[in-house]
Amino acid sequence: MATTSKRPLALEIPEATENALGQGQTWEGSLEDLRGLVSDRAITGETMLLNLGPHHPSTHGVLRLLLELDGEEIVTCLPDVGYLHTGIEKNIESKSYEKAVTLTDRMDYLAPMSNNAVFSLAVEKLTGLDVPERAQVIRVICLELTRLNSHLVWLGTHAMDMGAMSVFLYCFREREFILDMFEKLGGQRMMTSYIRPGGVWRDLPEDFLPALEKFLGYFPNRIDDYEKLLTNNPIWRDRTEGIGVIEPEEAIALALSGPCLRGSGVNFDIRKAMPYSGYENYDFNVPLGEHGDVFDRYIIRVHEMRESVKIIQQAIKKLSSASGGFRSNNRKFVPPPRAELGRSMEAVIHHFKLWTEGYSVPDEEVYVAIESPRGEIGCYLHGTGGNKPRRVHFKTPSFMHISALGKLCSGYMLADLIGIVGSIDCVLGDSDR
Amino acid sequence: MHIPDALAPAVAFEELLPGVLKGTHEFRGELTLIVDPADVERAVRFLRDTRGLIFNYLSDISAVDYFDPIKGYGDYGDRPARFGVSYHLYSLLYNRRIRLKTFVDEDVAIPTITTLWDGANWLEREIFDMMGIPFEGHPNLRRVLMPEDWEGHPHRRDYPLGYETIMFSFNADEINKHKPYAKD
Repeated sequence: MATTSKRPLALEIPEATENALGQGQTWEGSLEDLRGLVSDRAITGETMLLNLGPHHPSTHGVLRLLLELDGEEIVTCLPDVGYLHTGIEKNIESKSYEKAVTLTDRMDYLAPMSNNAVFSLAVEKLTGLDVPERAQVIRVICLELTRLNSHLVWLGTHAMDMGAMSVFLYCFREREFILDMFEKLGGQRMMTSYIRPGGVWRDLPEDFLPALEKFLGYFPNRIDDYEKLLTNNPIWRDRTEGIGVIEPEEAIALALSGPCLRGSGVNFDIRKAMPYSGYENYDFNVPLGEHGDVFDRYIIRVHEMRESVKIIQQAIKKLSSASGGFRSNNRKFVPPPRAELGRSMEAVIHHFKLWTEGYSVPDEEVYVAIESPRGEIGCYLHGTGGNKPRRVHFKTPSFMHISALGKLCSGYMLADLIGIVGSIDCVLGDSDR
Repeated sequence: MHIPDALAPAVAFEELLPGVLKGTHEFRGELTLIVDPADVERAVRFLRDTRGLIFNYLSDISAVDYFDPIKGYGDYGDRPARFGVSYHLYSLLYNRRIRLKTFVDEDVAIPTITTLWDGANWLEREIFDMMGIPFEGHPNLRRVLMPEDWEGHPHRRDYPLGYETIMFSFNADEINKHKPYAKD
């Protein structure tokens, strides 16, 4: 790169012509804009500035990283997000609560059920709506399947970034079975919108449980297969051990959560700390790391997959004895079953009111957080007293983890960065919303 | 290791930092402490470092706009100012959550808490981007989600919806007629 400080960083829009963009707007970014963000050596041209992304295959979407490199060593890393910002939070402000659920799917598209669940739990807390036991058990099954789904995608792509191509094929093979099960539940493979305020959309279809049991029968062996390919692989260990180390105090200061926080040995899992949907009734372990490096975050997620299988097996046992239906019977919040509409005038009124106006929630605020596959996903929901929210804000783990990238990767090599970005498991839809 | 008994946050404020707490509010078991914007950094530091409180994990910072198009500017019901900023803190030691809330008007700056947690950096940038609330002392207060040259703050309640309509016509007058924002 040239060494003058006046050189442009981005495309210069030419001076206004008669037919083009027209308004005479130009944007000439220069190195001076970056003063204070990168070291002074970059301004003088001693170190190199490199753009990674926003479409680099290893950044999992549209993450742009502006790197300052001294040789191959990373001096500064400035993450830049927002390319996938779709205004979901703003959109929800003009939707009734029931209709907003479908939008939450689109945030973290690898863990849509977690988003549904956190929004539904926030609405339930705000309105004081009850959720029957059976619905809670179904939710736990869905949430853990989502965790498996998300971890499988993460494992496949993370390994592929690091050069282990075959793991990707195996992971996506198993993920297909999970997506098939989601299709049985919600009619869609990814954007199911199955978990809704008051319970879930419909009861488990007949062919769901046999498929699930079949899946659980072979899946633990498949996890062993992944581990055979990676855990003791010397190349894998060389590339992950001691890379992207983060101390527990620093991890807390950076507000990391989920496997990134537990990789550093901080025991914080919301399923254990503040159980929701009946997680206190399940017996499972929370794996913790020791070194806080890429390898620990890898091994924790692999162990979490085994724990998820354990939780699902317990949930299947609970399903037969769980009381209540698949959703609340409170007709002021949950629409009546289709069959009732032909017999009951009241059901028709409820149906009409719920699908046109929706329901009113108090002018109060709540914050609900659950453990998504990536970490703590929080939903801050503020009602107006009417049928639409005043403000909904999602605190998403990817957003926090990407903001920590600068700290995580400074001092490491450029090739290590790919592993570090993979290990924080960021989904840009989750980050940008 | 001996862990000191947990303190009630409101009581601790009264005893150790009198005058800072302007009110408390409880809804569905969630405790909200209300402070003045100028006291935010002090109050959060107090919550984080006091024995018996130790709210040492920053969960979230959210902002809400109380502007109501029907009531107009200046009337925010029983809220003292237009924006509410909520800090959601969690105690890893005592396993409990708390919300610290402050109310600010337009262009009133809040002291940053990036001095306490690095993780607050992007959360504050997001609020600046979406609500236009400045944070005093923030090391890098730029937009984070919207483009740098974006005008306005999209999460304000008076931000026009449907600014960019789909144009089915090439007639400029026709297009302008259907745009919902003020024409002058």
